[in-house]
Amino acid sequence: MRLQGIASVRSLANALWDKGVSGMARLSIIVVERDRDRALRIVDGLMASGDHAITVIAEETGLARRIAEQRPDIVLIDAGDPSRDVLEELALVSGPMERPVAMFVDRSDENLTRAAIEAGVSAYVVDGLKPERIKPILDAAIARFHMFQKMRAELAATKAALEDRKIIDRAKAILMKARGIDEEAAYALLRKTAMDQNRRMADIAQQLVMAAGLLT
Amino acid sequence: MSLTQLRLGYVPLTDAAPLIVAAELGFAAEEGLELDLIRLQSWAQCRDMLGLGGIDAAHMLVPLPIAQALGLGPAYPQFVLAMVLSVGGQAIAVSADLAEAMRSAGHGFGFDDPMAARDALARAVPGMLRVGVPFPFSTQSELVRRWLFGGDLAGRMSIHTVPPPRMADALAAGEVDAFCVGEPWASYAVERGLGALVLAGRSIWASPPEKGLVLTRDFAEGRPGETGRLMRAVWRACRWLDVPENRTTAAEILSRSEYLNLPPELSERGLMGRLHISAQGEVRQYPGFIRFHEGAANFPWRSLAALFARRIAGLHGLDEATAMASAMACFRTDLYRQHLRVAGADLPGASARVEGAMLHPTAVASEKGQMILGPDAFFDGETFDPPFAKR
Repeated sequence: MRLQGIASVRSLANALWDKGVSGMARLSIIVVERDRDRALRIVDGLMASGDHAITVIAEETGLARRIAEQRPDIVLIDAGDPSRDVLEELALVSGPMERPVAMFVDRSDENLTRAAIEAGVSAYVVDGLKPERIKPILDAAIARFHMFQKMRAELAATKAALEDRKIIDRAKAILMKARGIDEEAAYALLRKTAMDQNRRMADIAQQLVMAAGLLT
Repeated sequence: MSLTQLRLGYVPLTDAAPLIVAAELGFAAEEGLELDLIRLQSWAQCRDMLGLGGIDAAHMLVPLPIAQALGLGPAYPQFVLAMVLSVGGQAIAVSADLAEAMRSAGHGFGFDDPMAARDALARAVPGMLRVGVPFPFSTQSELVRRWLFGGDLAGRMSIHTVPPPRMADALAAGEVDAFCVGEPWASYAVERGLGALVLAGRSIWASPPEKGLVLTRDFAEGRPGETGRLMRAVWRACRWLDVPENRTTAAEILSRSEYLNLPPELSERGLMGRLHISAQGEVRQYPGFIRFHEGAANFPWRSLAALFARRIAGLHGLDEATAMASAMACFRTDLYRQHLRVAGADLPGASARVEGAMLHPTAVASEKGQMILGPDAFFDGETFDPPFAKR
């Protein structure tokens, strides 16, 4: 019952929108994203921000044609995606039959623009769309892209830590063999050397492994 | 001495060499600079990074700051072009099918004859010809329009934006039938057997400026010390790059994984002017295929700005005279004179010239006596004398 209640409130709101009480129809959004997992997460985030018609384009082939066919209100794309230049071309086209598109930074409020740039997401928005309609969508996209950045940083940190541990293990083994000491002493020696030289333990280990490679 | 750090954006192409060489071979350090080179994936990203302060200076398509000056981009602080980084370096490729058709009709693939290549192409293309260029505002776009507009293909061609690393794939997928791109991305398509080279950019226009060093006006005028140091470091890197013996080393450095991440052999082709025009390994010698310094290549002639502005104004329905005036104002010959005179750069007496007038290397008046300018003729014989330009 309760669920239904919420659903009906929502559909009433939608109906009002569609009738133009607040002048709004469903927005059509295209997400350009090759990675399936990332694309799904972005779509999830956007769905939570409102009722939109969302299409994901994962392929670079025919990107311009597919976007032109869909006539979206908003296109969201990773700011570092090479295909952005294709969208730039679309944004310039403004023949009588076409809807002009602009990059969002053109007329947005500055904070939102900066947040989008920092999160690494670019938005191309059809002309005439009101800022208050764009904001929740961009906010949702920014939140997702922030999450990706965090995940990427974490993954990189984990990888680096793993690499460090591997190289330290190899250096320890070399020291144990060469000096006939146990693991604990080898570790202590590496750590002391690193501290004396004000360097990272992994760097000292790396040098030791390389030198040992040259000597054998 | 602690170095001043500057963040520089570049897009992976052979002509990013001046920035990479300045950072790698100590030209920047000599000026007390440490260059943090940031590899970017698109020209839109490059423009946004500069406009929003993510980088201090950029390796950028020469017409891009002009488009910004004409209001055809996001509303960012004004950009200025302080010096040209490279001239030439573009090649035109056609798909393997078109190449085959041209060959069987007797085309010799001379790589230096725009008329012959255009006629052969027009006969080989049954319907529409779709041509890829890296960006709407690019020297490639100017070259393609100039080359094809006078011929049979003028009424049945369209130009499309394709990111350079994707050019080869776009050709393979049949999205475009031909393209014009900066090296090594034309050679990359040849190497993969997807296309053949038909023409060097310099055969269409003997002196096509390709990339420039672009900064915001606020930075260039507000931090003249750093701007000057950066310009001198890059200018010396350009001079180093035009010593023929250095080109192999340059190819090695550029090809490293952090820069182009391609086999050095690929970027060497353009840098040495020895291009493989087909997968069968046919080689064409093209001396001076890309220049970084010789012939006053680095001077940001205001007449060049006007030339690109006229084209862009025509395509986008803008007033020509206003467009040319705004464009000329963002090519900063004054910064060039101010910052490079002390490095020993020879400076021309004029800041604008008649474009396309020189068929041969020509001596002109300069501060040190005589300066030799490279030929700059257009294949169609046009000359362009910008109005309002103060020479």
